[in-house]
Amino acid sequence: MANVITDETIDYVGILAKLELSEEEKEQAKKDMGSMLDYIDKLGELETTGIEPMSHVFPVQNVFREDVVTNGDESAKILKNAPGEKDNMFMVPKTV
Amino acid sequence: MAKQYETVIGLEVHVELATKTKIFCGCSTEFGGAPNTHTCPVCTGMPGSLPVLNRQVVNYAIAVGLATNCEITQYCKFDRKNYFYPDNPQNYQISQLYLPICRNGHVDIETADGRKSVGIHEIHMEEDAGKLIHDEWEDCSLVDYNRSGVPLIEIVSEPDMRSAEEVTAYLEKLRMTIQYLGASDCKLNEGSMRADVNLSVREIGAEEFGTRTEMKNLNSFKAITRAIENERERQIDLLESGQQVEQETRRWDDAGEYSYAMRSKEDAQDYRYFPDPDLVPVYISDEWLEEIRSSRPELREEKMERYKREFDLPDYDIGIITGSKRMADLFEETVAICSQPKKVSNWIMGETLRLLKERNMDAGDIRFSPENLAKLIGLVESKAVNSTVAKEVFEVMFDEDIDPEAYVEEKGLKTVNDEAALRSAVEAVIDANPQSVEDYRGGREKAIGFLVGQTMKAMKGKADPGMINRILKELL
Amino acid sequence: MDLLAYSAVELSAAIKEGKTTAVEAMEAVLAKIDEKESGIHAYVTIDREAALESAARVQKKIEAGELTGPLAGVPVAIKDNMCTEGMLTTCSSKILGNFIPTFSAEAVLNLEKAGAVLIGKTNMDEFAMGSTTETSAYGETKNPWNLEHVPGGSSGGSAAAVAAGECFFALGSDTGGSIRQPASFCGVVGLKPTYGTVSRYGLIAYGSSLDQIGPLTKNVSDCAAVLEAIASHDSKDSTSVERDDTDFTSALSADVTGMKIGIPRDYFGEGLDARVKEAVLAAAKALEEKGAVVEEFDLSLVEYAIPAYYTIAAAEASSNLERFDGVKYGYRTPEYEGLHNMYKKTRSEGFGAEVKRRIMLGSFVLSSGYYDAYYLKALKVKAMIKKAFDDAFVKYDCILGPVAPTTALRLGESLSDPLKMYLGDIYTISVNLAGLPGISVPCGRDAKGLPIGLQLIADSFREKTLIRAAYTYEQLRGEFGTAI
Repeated sequence: MANVITDETIDYVGILAKLELSEEEKEQAKKDMGSMLDYIDKLGELETTGIEPMSHVFPVQNVFREDVVTNGDESAKILKNAPGEKDNMFMVPKTV
Repeated sequence: MAKQYETVIGLEVHVELATKTKIFCGCSTEFGGAPNTHTCPVCTGMPGSLPVLNRQVVNYAIAVGLATNCEITQYCKFDRKNYFYPDNPQNYQISQLYLPICRNGHVDIETADGRKSVGIHEIHMEEDAGKLIHDEWEDCSLVDYNRSGVPLIEIVSEPDMRSAEEVTAYLEKLRMTIQYLGASDCKLNEGSMRADVNLSVREIGAEEFGTRTEMKNLNSFKAITRAIENERERQIDLLESGQQVEQETRRWDDAGEYSYAMRSKEDAQDYRYFPDPDLVPVYISDEWLEEIRSSRPELREEKMERYKREFDLPDYDIGIITGSKRMADLFEETVAICSQPKKVSNWIMGETLRLLKERNMDAGDIRFSPENLAKLIGLVESKAVNSTVAKEVFEVMFDEDIDPEAYVEEKGLKTVNDEAALRSAVEAVIDANPQSVEDYRGGREKAIGFLVGQTMKAMKGKADPGMINRILKELL
Repeated sequence: MDLLAYSAVELSAAIKEGKTTAVEAMEAVLAKIDEKESGIHAYVTIDREAALESAARVQKKIEAGELTGPLAGVPVAIKDNMCTEGMLTTCSSKILGNFIPTFSAEAVLNLEKAGAVLIGKTNMDEFAMGSTTETSAYGETKNPWNLEHVPGGSSGGSAAAVAAGECFFALGSDTGGSIRQPASFCGVVGLKPTYGTVSRYGLIAYGSSLDQIGPLTKNVSDCAAVLEAIASHDSKDSTSVERDDTDFTSALSADVTGMKIGIPRDYFGEGLDARVKEAVLAAAKALEEKGAVVEEFDLSLVEYAIPAYYTIAAAEASSNLERFDGVKYGYRTPEYEGLHNMYKKTRSEGFGAEVKRRIMLGSFVLSSGYYDAYYLKALKVKAMIKKAFDDAFVKYDCILGPVAPTTALRLGESLSDPLKMYLGDIYTISVNLAGLPGISVPCGRDAKGLPIGLQLIADSFREKTLIRAAYTYEQLRGEFGTAI
């Protein structure tokens, strides 16, 4: 396997993705990610110099809204699924 | 000899645009709604919701770019900046990294050290975050997404500034320009303009930049100045004691006049930017650019020149009046109605400034209409009210935007121009004040002032003092 | 006649003729669900009461002449990654286990307007990540043709429900083959439209640049009618395309005279099951005999589609799934210490293994220092793949090949090796990368009786070509049989 994924990499990606893996999951993740990256490395065989990266398959552009208020007070709906709520706001663990 | 240091400063300025709706949804951007009442599935990151770009955001961004001499990126895109925080409902912010809408601009500033050009690295469009409120009672935080998705432009300068004075001049210049374009009201204290300061120090003559820090939470020009001084000293102290400056983000505490590092092991500062697949590219045609260019309102410098030319006002007055877009608009609109630039200017420079200061208000908070100011000027011109009454009426108008004509009528404040009535009032005053009459006749000119005052009092202030003076002199 | 033997369009016609009612049709479907669901498990949520009530409402409108379309009164199942107002929408994930949307997906609204009646929400691979419907947090769905086999995925619940008569048609979503492959495994018709044809508003995103909603139906005629109903230009979806050629049912004619069909040699190499190959080539032969011009060609780049796809899809997914954090909706871990611990525990407990695997991979390929080497490289390869298709469509009206290398695998067979599972998507994935339309039509069965699917791919916006070719083939093929 060409790509060796270290514990540090898994921990780092865990911080980015907000995922906490058990030791067992970590070992599995190292293996899986390594083999996926080996496979993705196949793309390196292709010469892509001068090729424009393609985000959108069609040349659609300039899709706009006009600056007109269309929404009213939807707070009751918006908060309906909240795991924690107080005073019409979402309640979360202390941020400061 | 102690080493001499130079401060190197670059600014990241966020400006909330004056659109009616948010950048990617039809929610109102109005301030002050109850929590989460200006929200929808899009700006709260509901599963399945999708963003659609507000055209007006692009118009404003182009206008600011052109006014700051930027190149406009005619093919630009939006990217996602990924980081987890509760004020960011999708846990990514839609912003621009790879193809920002404006690049390579500059603005010219003037300080005591002379004129200088500050480079603008780029301007990009992005969405604002929601607001977090700390709840002491529950020991938790509460999230209000009313501000989430309000359109921002971020103006990133080159590290071209060397002092707090230059930073202030640069910010003032940006603020004026953007206000004149109508793209934002740019209020630092209300957060519609926010500046983050990137600062490093280096020995004078050094080629390389030092390690910089980024300072956040600067809500006033004073805070910015204090934070710059403080950070400069902190970095010099570190270097002098043989330590290194850490590249980090710091938060300014203006009350305590100190800053602290906003560090967290959960904060990797790796934003994994990539083009947002939910939004399509923006192509700004030459025609579109031309449209924005040709509809650009007059900027401050142009206005100042024109005022000098057209109205012949003193430079100082022009400086004050054009120092706020709101004030300049008020001036011009009133002049358009009453054609008396000098008089309008006097009301602005005098009573308006005085009351703004007294009420602790900003020019942007002026409520009265140009129509009403023009009416008041008309009342004074026609001698329908005297200047004392006019000032009283103005104060009411300033606070409540009343119609001065109706008000004067209703309160019976019109000057009494009835010669016979005045004459009898003057006669009564002469009779009641023999001593003053004596004094005046004895050569004490000043005594007539007292007699005018007494007559005014008797007339309850509703008389023309010139007329009283004339009658008094006649009778004495 | 057994109501369930009707296709969707036939059922609606029968209702309008007064031979039956929307309520009777719904009752028949619910009875079938009672009979089969415990073995198949196609649904995550079924709302019987609401289904019968809406059926009655729709019946009145049909009688009043207010609903006249070809889907009026027809019971439909919706994949559980499309928002349905007031009805649980879980993406087959624990993290959305209690999520009740406050709005419906545009495609669902379009079906409601057409008078289709919602039965419930179908099972899927969690967040559409998988090809077997085994990664669902609510248990796997089984193939109605053989309960020891998978139905395919990720729209496995939708495909199984159609195949088992637990609905008359269903909606699925296709990011890398998630409609076509389960359609193939379950012996039904599945179509992935041109990117932008069906609004994604209300579809809970997996890979935004690849996702499309499409129909799973009993036959090609139903497929055309459903696509016609759900295709719309939606101002709420910036990637939605304005089309004036969405009268797809007009393409239902059994005529392929002169149609140029290309068979990519690259699709018939190593790894392709012999029986699948045989059935697909037989279908090509049938179309050729009917007047199509069939020839082999080299499409190229086929082996690069999977690595490019997994890079792009994982990257987009890692970002799309960041919003599931225990703050605004869905699952929140019961015990935590501080904000970041809440995030981590909520997400680690709320997501299953496959979802975590793809989020990790996606976060990695976008992370500092790797973006150019992986993500940007994949976007360039995507451009090359699109170009290869563009070149092919200069010569051919459509491309014909298998949907998947094999028929439905046994339950559990692919879970142990993710890479092997990913390789099963080799013939479907490039269609998503290039934004093209593709259809899967049943074309045979293997020794165990499991269905084989024929895939037809056309140039962008050429769904009518697909429908015409597929309809022609279906007429030639005759009755396929059912798992009902």
